[in-house]
Amino acid sequence: MAEAQVYDTIIIGAGAAGLTAAIYASRRAMKTLVISQDVGGQAATTDEIENYPGVDFSDGPSMMMKFKDQGEKFGASFIFTEVTKVEKDVDAKGTPIFHISTATERFIGHSVILAYGLTHRHLGVPGEKELGGHGVSYCATCDAPLYKGKTVAVVGGGNSAVDAALLLAKICPKVYLVHRRQDFRAEAILVEQLKQLQIELVLDSEVKEIKGEGRVVSMVVYDVNDKAKERELTLQGIFVEVGFIVNSKLIEGLVELDQRKQIIISPDAETSQPGIFAAGDITTISYKQIVVSAGWGATAALKAYEYLQKVKGFRGVSIDWGLAKTPTIIATAIDPAKS
Amino acid sequence: MSEVILSDQSFEAEVLQSSVPVLVDIWAPWCGPCRVQGPIIEELASEVDAAKVKIAKLNADENPATTEKYNILSIPSLLVFKGGVVVEQFVGVQAKDKLKAVLEKHSA
Repeated sequence: MAEAQVYDTIIIGAGAAGLTAAIYASRRAMKTLVISQDVGGQAATTDEIENYPGVDFSDGPSMMMKFKDQGEKFGASFIFTEVTKVEKDVDAKGTPIFHISTATERFIGHSVILAYGLTHRHLGVPGEKELGGHGVSYCATCDAPLYKGKTVAVVGGGNSAVDAALLLAKICPKVYLVHRRQDFRAEAILVEQLKQLQIELVLDSEVKEIKGEGRVVSMVVYDVNDKAKERELTLQGIFVEVGFIVNSKLIEGLVELDQRKQIIISPDAETSQPGIFAAGDITTISYKQIVVSAGWGATAALKAYEYLQKVKGFRGVSIDWGLAKTPTIIATAIDPAKS
Repeated sequence: MSEVILSDQSFEAEVLQSSVPVLVDIWAPWCGPCRVQGPIIEELASEVDAAKVKIAKLNADENPATTEKYNILSIPSLLVFKGGVVVEQFVGVQAKDKLKAVLEKHSA
């Protein structure tokens, strides 16, 4: 394995929080690396964005690509892969440094910004994993058009589940909406639309099993009040929209988490581990909104900059830490004091 | 080399009859993650040895026959064809390194 490249900050995740952190960090002339499996996170799966100040209307992917382009313009580097390990170490002076590993490479960060958001909650039933991508989908906006003319089910009761059902009802002859309660958490206006379309509500029901070999053929559901009461729905597609969870595997033991495994942060986006900052949906913030996450991304980057100044006497020019680093044009072209 | 843009019509000749392994990225304009995969595929195409592997893209929207034939129900879907059959299949955005390693394995 080649010698690890060193960065001032390594941002894990490229949603609104991670990308905004990349813009702010690179404008402070920090040598910045973003490692992510995608661009845009949850925002990139949204069709319509109408509440981002200064932008009348955008679709998620377009807006998120602009965030990324902006970060790249100021010098941030991007690698699209999964981070497999985050490890803490100390340098000769006892200052923390962090080893970030992917399947094929390892990088060193003087600071880390955790911004990889939430991941889809799975049903955890037999057949789900095996049939992922073969009829089981977690992204209605990505995959719905591929199910045109087919019989499908949506599982869940929140806004995203109802949205998915409404979207699918326009192109599929039969749509089931399976929900474990009677009432929907989704906004009343969306639920009202449900009732006007040909969507069969399968309420008080949970999924027991997904059947099929190579492709989904049916789904077995049971009545939550009487588990013996089962029903097998013949269908070709299942959209799982049962919410999101934090993938805490990477960070457990490294930073302090709350009961829901969200990262606990200070008002300046610091975690319990000096040198590690966190921003966006992965943290304990209440509102999962693009503009909120962007704000936290900026905070995390600025605080990381301040931290580096303190521990390293960092002045925003990527030279002279006794490490082999190539100064970028950005480092001389931008005066951090003005940004 | 740049990537080959496939269609339902050219699929047989370009992929199934190909003398070298072919990586096919199945995508659609409405799909956000596909827009991330696209540039990775282009980069990959510029780096691989064209004598050993072929890199190709298929728009699912415009080519329903091939999409249906291979039962593509989530995109981006990445398929590796060798000798006219699918030897590898991935769903969701895949990193360049991983794809490179898979192609090396099949072109060896």
